[in-house]
Amino acid sequence: MSADVVSRTVGTRTIIELDGVRKTYATGTIAVEALRGIDATITEGEYVAIIGPSGSGKSTLMHILGCLDVPTEGRYELAGRDVSDLEETELAHIRNAEIGFVFQQFNLLPDLTALRNVALPLVYAGVGPHEREQRARRALERVGLADRADHRPGELSGGQQQRVAVARALVTEPAMILADEPTGNLDSVSSADVLALFRELHDSGRTIVLITHENDVAAQADRVLRIHDGELAS
Amino acid sequence: MSWLETLRTAGAAIRAHRLRSLLTMLGIVIGISSVVLTVGLGLGAQDQVRSQINALGSNLLIVSPGSSTGSTGVRGGFGSAASLTQADADAIADKSVAPDVARVAPATSTSTSLTNGTTNWTTKIVGTTTTWEKVRKRTLSSGRFFTADELSTGANVVVLGSDTASELFSRGNPVGQTVTADGTALTVIGVLAESGASSDDSNEDDVAVVPITTAQRLSGSTSNALASVYVEATSSDTLSAAYQEVNAALLTAHDVTSSSADFSIATQDALLSTANSTNKTMTILLAGIAAISLLVGGIGVMNIMLVSVTERIREIGLRKALGATPGAIRRQFLLEASLLGVAGGAIGAAIGVVGAMVLPSFINQPVSVSAPAIAAALGVALGLGVGFGVYPASRAARLTPIDALRNE
Repeated sequence: MSADVVSRTVGTRTIIELDGVRKTYATGTIAVEALRGIDATITEGEYVAIIGPSGSGKSTLMHILGCLDVPTEGRYELAGRDVSDLEETELAHIRNAEIGFVFQQFNLLPDLTALRNVALPLVYAGVGPHEREQRARRALERVGLADRADHRPGELSGGQQQRVAVARALVTEPAMILADEPTGNLDSVSSADVLALFRELHDSGRTIVLITHENDVAAQADRVLRIHDGELAS
Repeated sequence: MSWLETLRTAGAAIRAHRLRSLLTMLGIVIGISSVVLTVGLGLGAQDQVRSQINALGSNLLIVSPGSSTGSTGVRGGFGSAASLTQADADAIADKSVAPDVARVAPATSTSTSLTNGTTNWTTKIVGTTTTWEKVRKRTLSSGRFFTADELSTGANVVVLGSDTASELFSRGNPVGQTVTADGTALTVIGVLAESGASSDDSNEDDVAVVPITTAQRLSGSTSNALASVYVEATSSDTLSAAYQEVNAALLTAHDVTSSSADFSIATQDALLSTANSTNKTMTILLAGIAAISLLVGGIGVMNIMLVSVTERIREIGLRKALGATPGAIRRQFLLEASLLGVAGGAIGAAIGVVGAMVLPSFINQPVSVSAPAIAAALGVALGLGVGFGVYPASRAARLTPIDALRNE
């Protein structure tokens, strides 16, 4: 643990390395270029916002960063591993180990308690039930919802649900937290609350990539990457 | 993700949609319960037929006159020939000819109207010897069977079947009373106990048994032709030996070859297999219908699983984003379908067993529950779940996480 903390404070390890990433969607005979050569580097412990209007290629970039999709051309290295050409099963393992997702819609399973929702990624990591519960409880404590562990999502407010989702993103100790419009479905109070949580996580050394179309949300980050028509404008 | 974990997830998904899961299983429940019931009915009917045929008398051979071939070469129907006579019965009874034959009972059969005062009832008059009672394994509920003396003198005595007795004498004990057959008064000396063996065309309890000599006098016929000769083998082990001996004796007595034999010998086995083959046809027919309902049930499972995949597209997307491999998703849905199949099968088998216990009191037909049939039915139910779950499960596994997450 202590070695981990040290390496985070040093913050020189490269987490994300994008090199000439292109993504082309073929719809019938028409090919749409969603990304036209993206080069970017994000190092450990950074808090980066990617901002762009809808149709800018921001979602496509998020999918590639999140290993939900692979680039048509170019190279993507995540935590030192080239993930540009991996198979679906290998991508699933990478997503499980290296990425903590936070979605606009929270995407909690309504039939599971907060604790079981948080523990879900550990199930796919093959962690045993006892350790799963302990780690999920610690993650819930981290987001200040230890007392809501046995509540189902329907019994929680929007802000609380998003905190549970953040806990779920943290539980596997991923290389980065990838948040896609995390405040899009929240009122201003809850939004501020969740953004404060991200700031706190960043302060404790977490790498956070936040995708948004709102300038004041992007302003929370240390560095802002603007995407427009599939290209980064710095 | 371990199988146990997957099982827990699948179980939770089924519990989360209780009503839908129950409706999904309904087809399999109905299919399995009807399979268990139809197989039970078939087996029950077979047992019943077996016990009825055994009730005819164990170790029994029935010799019947065969078809006659006239001088013109026209062959008459089975039983039409007057080819079986008292001499044949005597030949079979000869221990040196047929050592494995225990007893022989020759029998004539005519249909006659019996009258008691103003009541009359048409029944089958069987003329036979004193051995009939033993050979046919019959007992008397009251009175006695006729004696050798009565047989030799052709006494006017009659032993009534239980149904015949109750038709002619609605009240009181018929023993000692008189019935009239073709103007001859016969004294009732005994009533047979119920045989329990009856079919539509021959009711063994509707019969009037008289000495064969009396029967011949009543019918006024000079012919000594017999309707049948009942032969009892010394034991069930010697039944086939007795069959061979009787066959050989009759072939010699009639001076015919087996291809032109003018008689036929039926064994219980032959009767049993005829009855069983009829039953088997019915069972196969019913089981076929049940199998079709199982198939429909399986398609129901597939249909609901496909709906479930579509409905839970976001859940699948999320699970994939969190690190579920396509294999893990496929296992989850496959296991869910299998659980539905097995649960449906178990409920169906339970209903079938309960039905098998309740049904006999409504339809007067025994239903026997067979453990192998239930095990097979459960196996089939599991197979249906797995078989019809494969397609929906692979559809779920193939979904890309983006498409699945994007769906709103």
